[in-house]
Amino acid sequence: MSVIKEYWHKLSSAKHFYPIAGALLPWFLIPALLMLIWGSWQGLVVAPADYQQGDSYRIIFVHVPAAWLSMMAYMVMAINGAIYLVWKIKLADIVAESAAPIGASFTFLALATGSLWGKPMWGTWWVWDARLTSELVLLFLYLGTIALRGAIDDRQRAGRAAGLLGLVGAINVPIIHFSVEWWETLHQPATVSKFSAPSMHSSMLTPLLVMALAFTLFFFAVLMVKIRAGILEQERHSRWLSALYAEAPETTTTYSPEGEPGRNG
Amino acid sequence: MSPMSEFFAMGGYAIYVWSAWGLTALVMTANLLLPLRQCRKLRIELEQPE
Repeated sequence: MSVIKEYWHKLSSAKHFYPIAGALLPWFLIPALLMLIWGSWQGLVVAPADYQQGDSYRIIFVHVPAAWLSMMAYMVMAINGAIYLVWKIKLADIVAESAAPIGASFTFLALATGSLWGKPMWGTWWVWDARLTSELVLLFLYLGTIALRGAIDDRQRAGRAAGLLGLVGAINVPIIHFSVEWWETLHQPATVSKFSAPSMHSSMLTPLLVMALAFTLFFFAVLMVKIRAGILEQERHSRWLSALYAEAPETTTTYSPEGEPGRNG
Repeated sequence: MSPMSEFFAMGGYAIYVWSAWGLTALVMTANLLLPLRQCRKLRIELEQPE
């Protein structure tokens, strides 16, 4: 038990997670970029046109992954906000803070690409139905936690307030998911999660799943960069960071005597 | 129509398909580049304290 405890303690400290985040970054980013390229090629060029929607359905390859990510990022934010509320782990607060703007941007993307798909298929940019409205509420929840954070100067109080709002708002995530089943809606029901009887041909389904995985990996890549920035920001007066950067060997100058040009001899 | 212009025409849905994909590319690029730049800025500040 104590080994696990110690491991967890180390992982949850900003000092130890900072290099881990840096090491993880390429493992998220490189597969994400490769899969984005392959998925785009397949989705835009290789996959056949839809028999009902023609080529307009190709928006699905960016719309569904963005919408899926908007909910997953919210869960990452809400869970880390909750961890901060309960255990006061600073790193969890940094993760929650980092996830919010990424999630907000993908929620915006899901709404915008959905709108661009709705216009040619439904004849309207927007309807106030359950799926679209609950996704818009998700955007406001993200913006709410960001604004709340910005409005409170004290870092701990800001983190707790944002964490609480994020946690309460998490109820919206299952509402978004089930909205197409619970209420009458223009929005089509899930295409992907029906694995028993997939309603999509594999030439379309495979690139969609690859794009969804690519977006997810991309999210974690950006999250790692933002966590590192957050740690740098919050811990900039700490000894371990100045030891890492300010007093790093390549920047320490063996003080050259007056008048002598050039450093390090 | 040549295969290339046919591809860009997207069966008449060009404006919708390319707007959606273009917007996605833009948002994702910004998502990656802005934090990378901020990270670099913060590191430089640490390396060269005033």
